[in-house]
Amino acid sequence: MSVDVLSFARAIANGQIRVIDLTQTLSQDFPTIVLAPELGQCAPFRIEEVSRYDERGPAWYWNNISLGEHTGTHFDAPIHWISGKDLQNNAVDTIDVRKFIAPAVVIDCSNECAADPDFALTIPFVEAWEARHGKIEPGHWVLLRTDWSKQSFADYANLRDDGAHTPGPEPAVVKWLVEQRDVHGFGTETIGTDFGQGHHFNPPFPAHFYMHGKGRFGLQCLTNLDLLPPKGAVIIAAPLKIKQGSGSPLRVLALVS
Amino acid sequence: MTEPLVRPKRKNPLQRTRRPLSPQGIRSRTAHGLTAAAAEGRFALQVCEDCKTVIYPPRDCCPSCLSARLPFRDVSRGGALLAETTVHTSPEPYFRERMPWRVGTVKLDAGPVMVAHLHGDTREGDRVRLELKLDKSGSAVAIALPEQDTPNMADDPHLREMTCDPKFRRVLITDGRTPVGQAMAKAFADAGAAIVFVGVADAWKPFPGLDALRKIAPVEIVPLDVTDTESVTEQAEQNGARIDIVVNTAEHVRSGGIVDRHGLTVVREQIDVRYLGLVRLAQAFGPILRARGADGVNSAAAFVNLLSVHALMNWPAYGSYSAAEAACLSAAHCMRAELRPGGVKVMNVFFGPLETEWFQTVPPPKVAPAALARGVVRGLQQGVEDVFVGDIAEDIRARLAVNPKALEREMATS
Repeated sequence: MSVDVLSFARAIANGQIRVIDLTQTLSQDFPTIVLAPELGQCAPFRIEEVSRYDERGPAWYWNNISLGEHTGTHFDAPIHWISGKDLQNNAVDTIDVRKFIAPAVVIDCSNECAADPDFALTIPFVEAWEARHGKIEPGHWVLLRTDWSKQSFADYANLRDDGAHTPGPEPAVVKWLVEQRDVHGFGTETIGTDFGQGHHFNPPFPAHFYMHGKGRFGLQCLTNLDLLPPKGAVIIAAPLKIKQGSGSPLRVLALVS
Repeated sequence: MTEPLVRPKRKNPLQRTRRPLSPQGIRSRTAHGLTAAAAEGRFALQVCEDCKTVIYPPRDCCPSCLSARLPFRDVSRGGALLAETTVHTSPEPYFRERMPWRVGTVKLDAGPVMVAHLHGDTREGDRVRLELKLDKSGSAVAIALPEQDTPNMADDPHLREMTCDPKFRRVLITDGRTPVGQAMAKAFADAGAAIVFVGVADAWKPFPGLDALRKIAPVEIVPLDVTDTESVTEQAEQNGARIDIVVNTAEHVRSGGIVDRHGLTVVREQIDVRYLGLVRLAQAFGPILRARGADGVNSAAAFVNLLSVHALMNWPAYGSYSAAEAACLSAAHCMRAELRPGGVKVMNVFFGPLETEWFQTVPPPKVAPAALARGVVRGLQQGVEDVFVGDIAEDIRARLAVNPKALEREMATS
């Protein structure tokens, strides 16, 4: 079967294939993950004007920016986690570029999350989803629609005395998605792929531990997941080619026919 | 008795803001010995090492024995007001705007007769206290105060020209997330500040003390992150024209040295919060402060830097912290030169370890945030440029003056 790339381009241009932006704007005030203050911290996004048609550069406007690999909407490579540190081609510069384009399923748990910020995704929940939409095929991103991207920043981070309270997956479901469904990676609207209180799980931070341990990827701080169908979207998520990068801010696009 | 200051009426927004003027500020190198004393609120005159004569005005050799050994020493402030005169006209633009102005001669108990500005509550023949103050030009002048405090004496217009009293002024505390920022807000409220703007970065991140901060009457919480140029610029655009005193409470305290540290992340954060944060504040607020140095009762008055005393001598246990503080100290010297044309003081407040979380393992004596805040307010009320708060700060300064090399060696093991 020959594939006509130009008809694909035409379908994009004429709107037969819709392109949906799943990316948050990189801005200084968008929440960045918070760790205990004695630990190393991810740098927030910062921008410094180099010139703006002025004495520093009369005909041009440009900025210098600074940020962490895990700032804003970003991609997690397997090397990010200790469980994936010894895998082949585990950094953003060495991952097979074909993996930056992959289909996705979207599991909607927005109602559950509205009722309970500590909503945890379980195997039965995914099985119930599969009963409605069919089995998750291998090589798919699993995107968790929580509508968390619609929250105020304070509710988005939802930091309390005992840490963050944001939805995410239980350890068992992550292991199951990797081993039983052979998923491509796991994507969320929240600051990280993991449950807000995920440090209490065994293993802690299971979405990082199991996904990256098996060479799968993470996407976080996504938005507009409510505009995607449960099945059939194709995700373009190509991180910057950072030498031995553990992740990268990126533009995430979904193609929907 | 001094007429109590009344809260200034709201400024007519159509009225021209008068440009700041300064009295003549040129001094000889020797005469800056008075400036050094005034900057710290001391009263010092030259005392001849050989014949003990107390000398005024400053000279390069002793008028009584011709000795050139004339160090400045703290001397008694007491004296008697011999004669006074009221100047009604002057060719100096600064004084023309402030007539009438009283000056007099004071016979000091220490010996010489000094020309001084006169507080309104002093009369010819009275016993007076002399103080050295930095006038709007940044140079030292003497002012005679009544021997005993009088009601509202800080409100005297001549004296207020030489101080940065927070009363009725509008203050910006740049970081209200810390115990120091919160103590500062309370101290300025207690000192009669009209508005205390308190900057809060990352409002989505909860922090202890927010509720108490909100309850302080003149406090207005505003978004401000000194690591974000746009945030600082926006705050200056919004409120800069009604901020008279900026107190930079942004801090980044971490233990650890330069060699003995894993990587640059913390060092970069320290430089970003402290040095670059200061530069951002200076660029955003400095020009507006400088333009408003003569804007009535609540004119722009001061930019306050809170500096670890280890800006003066590195403390290797907190080595990279000390280095970032030293960068801020150097920047403060530059800011002084740049803000002086507006009559705006840059006050550096030095302190040792604080009674806060990041100095948890450091033994006392430590400076309580409230004590630091009191030191800041007192310094502004006095109009000084350099303040040392607490035993450690005083100790480091004294040891530095005697033998910097010894202090360097001693800090390595402390």
